[in-house]
Amino acid sequence: MSTDHVESHQVNTLQAEYAVEIQAILAKYPDDQRRSAVMPLLYLAQRKQGFVTRQAMVEIAEILGITPTEVAGIVGFYSLYYDEPAGKYRIQVCNDLPCALRGADQFLEKLCENLGIKVGETTADGLVTVEAVMCLAGCDRAPLFQVQTGAGLEYHENQTVESALKLIQTWRDGEAQVGTTEQGVPDAGQSAQQGEVKA
Amino acid sequence: MTEQADSKYILLRHREIPGIDQLEVYQRVGGFSAFRKAVTTMQPADVTEVVKASGLRGRGGAGFPTGMKWAFIDNKNWPHYVVANADESEPGTFKDREIMEGNPFQFLEGVAIAAYAIQAHVAYVYLRGEFWQLAGVLDQKIAQLEAAGFLGDRLFGTDYSLRIYTHLGAGAYICGEETAMLESLEGKLGQPRLRPPFPPSFGLYGKPTVVNNVETLTNVPLIIEKGAAWYRTFGTEKSPGMKIFSLSGCVNKPGNYELPLGTTFRELIFTHGGGLPAGRKVKAIMPAGASSSLIVATEQALDTPMDYESVPSVGAQLGSASVIIIDDSVSIDWLLNKTLHFFKHESCGKCTPCREGTYWMMHLAERICSGEAEQSDVELLKNVASQIKGKCLCALGEFSIEAVLSGIERFPEDFLRRHHAASDVMSPVAAAPELANE
Repeated sequence: MSTDHVESHQVNTLQAEYAVEIQAILAKYPDDQRRSAVMPLLYLAQRKQGFVTRQAMVEIAEILGITPTEVAGIVGFYSLYYDEPAGKYRIQVCNDLPCALRGADQFLEKLCENLGIKVGETTADGLVTVEAVMCLAGCDRAPLFQVQTGAGLEYHENQTVESALKLIQTWRDGEAQVGTTEQGVPDAGQSAQQGEVKA
Repeated sequence: MTEQADSKYILLRHREIPGIDQLEVYQRVGGFSAFRKAVTTMQPADVTEVVKASGLRGRGGAGFPTGMKWAFIDNKNWPHYVVANADESEPGTFKDREIMEGNPFQFLEGVAIAAYAIQAHVAYVYLRGEFWQLAGVLDQKIAQLEAAGFLGDRLFGTDYSLRIYTHLGAGAYICGEETAMLESLEGKLGQPRLRPPFPPSFGLYGKPTVVNNVETLTNVPLIIEKGAAWYRTFGTEKSPGMKIFSLSGCVNKPGNYELPLGTTFRELIFTHGGGLPAGRKVKAIMPAGASSSLIVATEQALDTPMDYESVPSVGAQLGSASVIIIDDSVSIDWLLNKTLHFFKHESCGKCTPCREGTYWMMHLAERICSGEAEQSDVELLKNVASQIKGKCLCALGEFSIEAVLSGIERFPEDFLRRHHAASDVMSPVAAAPELANE
């Protein structure tokens, strides 16, 4: 996945691409409180590429009648929104106190070592970014991580380095099958991920 | 309700009733009869009175009487809103997630009854962003309830209408604080408001709003169905009812345990939690997650009942009852380094004492942990912590210093040991043994 996609994305605006979803989101909130929709709209904007483009922020601001700066402020404040690309799969390991008491620090360290990266970095193939995150509400099943992609989030609990590496291998195999077309992250990614992470 | 005759659970009922997350099963065990009863036979104020009489207290951490909160709602200002706090983010807390995954309809019925009691026609469930999959499931459940006539317009042939919507946060611990949650729901930065006014008079969109924790709301259907007196047969006089204790850390069987309020730490840890791995001893207990003071695990402390009144007698609060067990392999300076990294990351930045204080405390803790600190650094850490106290809009700053001050005071020998022998005093090894999945 290269940064070229930033340009290729420009063709479709959010409103053209997600008209139905946007209406469904706006319907949740009072007519005079459209701003409430900013968080779900940002998730929508992040769906395809795993981060929110500047253009999408401008468009969300237009939909809601607020400034692009206000939208960018929301992106900056909340940790699950991104304004730049990373690996297609973000592995987010909790190493807060309760998880650390069950070996999460060692798990994180060894996982990164095996992938040849440091915490916060992305593998050379651009597929996996490993991050340390705050509590995921799964303290009794540590070590655990969530996998964030544009399509959403999934939990993986009671993990070992081996089980995590096995999961990553299924993603790599999946990528090899999809082939290396220029599009890289097609719509099919969403359904493919659902199937793959069961391992 | 015969299936409940000798039930151990009033919250985690999915452990006894398979399929209770399916609407037909939930209805078969009496589901939505309480909401129907409330809407068709009770005045809103009467519903609030029953909840008041039950003595139910907020399970999100503050322990505030739920019925009283509902009674505070301003009836001169409309519309009203209910917001269910499903932002569960305190390190050590994982109970609301299990409720919503296992027994989602009872939770949603609780939301509905709360909404009827304050005559709200819209309720939001604010879930932390990490519960993305769960939000999708709840959306499906809500759609089923609309199709079945339990949510929507003119319910049960009355004039009462109600919609419930989910709203996903995006990774911010601070949004568990009720006014920060409301700001976030309004599409703003999740930063706390100055209080008063409190949400029952000035809440979502400036309108009267009840904000209740998931576990709190999940208690409500059975209270309405079976009555306040029944509910008071569980727990203690001042802390009635059952409570889910999230047990984590250095124990053999971490997990959620639904027990009466007033159960002792000893019973939770040793009878239910399977005790500690061989050769280990309980050193400290954090009963309210990372926000907790450290209780020194004396025999007397272990025999203390876990309820809102008793836990303060051993120098802590019950909070959300996320009980983290610390064993004797853990050095408290390491522990503080962990909790302070959390609070530094999660401080929303609005109040200077919290924003700057958590930053400096984290760096001091790092230095102490690395073995490079002097005694004066420990004093400085204490000093910075003391200056945060009482100077912030919300509890995050206050909570960040609980473990710091209690840790330094109660475990002084754990500080500066590394200065002399860094290699001997390590953070815990992969502490708990590999456990079988339950």
